[in-house]
Amino acid sequence: MDLNSLTIAATRSAIQEGKTTATVLAEAHYAKIAKDDPQIGAYLTLCKDRALAKAGEMDSLAAKGDQLPPLGGVPVGIKDVMVTRGVRTTAGSKILGNYVPPYDCTAVARLEAAGAVVLGKLNCDEFAMGSSTENSAWRPVRNPRDLGRVPGGSSGGSAAAVAANMAVATLGSDTGGSIRQPASFCGVVGLMPTYGRVSRYGLIAFASSLDRIGPLTKTMKDAAIVLRTIAGRDPMDSTSADVPVPDYVAELEKPVRGLRLGVAKEYFGEGLDAEVRSAVEAAIQKLAGLGCEIVPVSLPHTKYAIPTYYIVATAEASSNLARYDGVRYGYRAKDSHTLAEMYRRTRDQAFGAEVKRRIMLGTYALSAGYYDAYYLKAQKVRTLLTRDFEEAFKKVDAIVTPTSPTPAFKLGEKVDDPLAMYLADIYTVTDDLAGIPGISVPCGETKEKLPIGLQILGKHFDEATILRLGHAYEQN
Amino acid sequence: MRVTEKDVAYVADLANLELNEQERVRMLRDLNSILEYIDRLNELDTSNVPAMAQVSARYGVDESKKSADRFAYASREDVLEGLRKSLPHHVALENAPDTDGTFLRVPKVIER
Repeated sequence: MDLNSLTIAATRSAIQEGKTTATVLAEAHYAKIAKDDPQIGAYLTLCKDRALAKAGEMDSLAAKGDQLPPLGGVPVGIKDVMVTRGVRTTAGSKILGNYVPPYDCTAVARLEAAGAVVLGKLNCDEFAMGSSTENSAWRPVRNPRDLGRVPGGSSGGSAAAVAANMAVATLGSDTGGSIRQPASFCGVVGLMPTYGRVSRYGLIAFASSLDRIGPLTKTMKDAAIVLRTIAGRDPMDSTSADVPVPDYVAELEKPVRGLRLGVAKEYFGEGLDAEVRSAVEAAIQKLAGLGCEIVPVSLPHTKYAIPTYYIVATAEASSNLARYDGVRYGYRAKDSHTLAEMYRRTRDQAFGAEVKRRIMLGTYALSAGYYDAYYLKAQKVRTLLTRDFEEAFKKVDAIVTPTSPTPAFKLGEKVDDPLAMYLADIYTVTDDLAGIPGISVPCGETKEKLPIGLQILGKHFDEATILRLGHAYEQN
Repeated sequence: MRVTEKDVAYVADLANLELNEQERVRMLRDLNSILEYIDRLNELDTSNVPAMAQVSARYGVDESKKSADRFAYASREDVLEGLRKSLPHHVALENAPDTDGTFLRVPKVIER
């Protein structure tokens, strides 16, 4: 048995049946991390004591013959934007370089309550702002499939860790594509649930009306298991929805025959790589072969999604990041003479270039005289983008698109051109603005062996259908 | 050029950033390039379109009610001491860069 390539269900049953132990599995993952992560850079902080304590707890349950919980003994990693009590949490930023949170993020607490073994915290773009993980203040992450290329971002560490078998599953966060795009670049599954499906309590805020937590996994079934565990109303987040959580795993097995799949021409236009296009078209044909009906739909405002996103997201970010002032926690610049000077120097010295750029753009968009022209305008276009989906979903059950217009690009390729980097998210930002769920499903490789992702978008709170479609694709 | 050097200085001030000379030059270039791209939003007539601040208003809202009552799904009974007790004093200070053991300490606020 290869201890490093198991799925969630296989891990749990191997421990339950005594073929291995949670402790052996955790150690095997730490050994793999010690061997391979110096090249990849997925992990920022390991929490071995916490992991081994949980593994020991699961092993005692299994030894007694008790039923293990759904993620009993499963080694997982957590993107470093989710706070973990007693374990350093940096959000990829120097400004939180020494921050040790006094509480746990709800999604992490729910995973651990279901038996998961948290190995450590995963590298990401600073405050989840980026599409390549090159904006991490600590080090860039390299794509395990090609070390010269980026893993995508901002959840680059979360995708790379799963792809390199350094975790069975991970949590990432998605504000503009940050779960799905890296999943696509690294050849793993990445699910962004509906806004409100998973509590944001303990998620370090980037853009609060967009931020979502979701799983990156090896299979659709694993994504269903993690979502079932972390989803549902949490009184600590008033935007978490009081909508019943279905049994996503049971839903996977329902037939896909007769489901109507929308294909929008706006997602197959200029800028789409030819190899990505043919892989995604082949995947759509395969779903048609399984009995799905392909229906052309139009999402006419798609070309306005990136400009809308970069106003809404940066405006919210400029407000959320005002809290980093060097007073209560985090980095503080030395030798300031006044409080105002201390604020400025602290933020100047500890925020990276992209974070400063977004704070500036957001502050500008909210400043007197520009609010109507930029922020209010973007909020109105957000309504139009959301209506596009509402119209389309009257005709179809799900929409299929490429996850990203290109496969993984080279390190350094886009760092000097912020706009080019923003355009890497062209097929993912609209879904964040509209609040709908989306999943990236591995659908083949380029000639250079770079993974390609098929994106399936669903209706609000209908993760079950997109998981089911992804599962049917994966199994056939 | 939409944004001038003066704007960059003004916005940096609002955002509690200083930015060195090199950063200001780069910021001027980047903001103008991004805002030029964002200008395509003006192709759309949005005079009769309502603004959308958040997604949650699209589910759970009771349209038959008025104002805050529409969001009743998100409210709860008041709980003495809150859903989670406040952090103990020493825990709240643990991450602070500078304290005197009782209070957070910062450089002086008033100049004389």
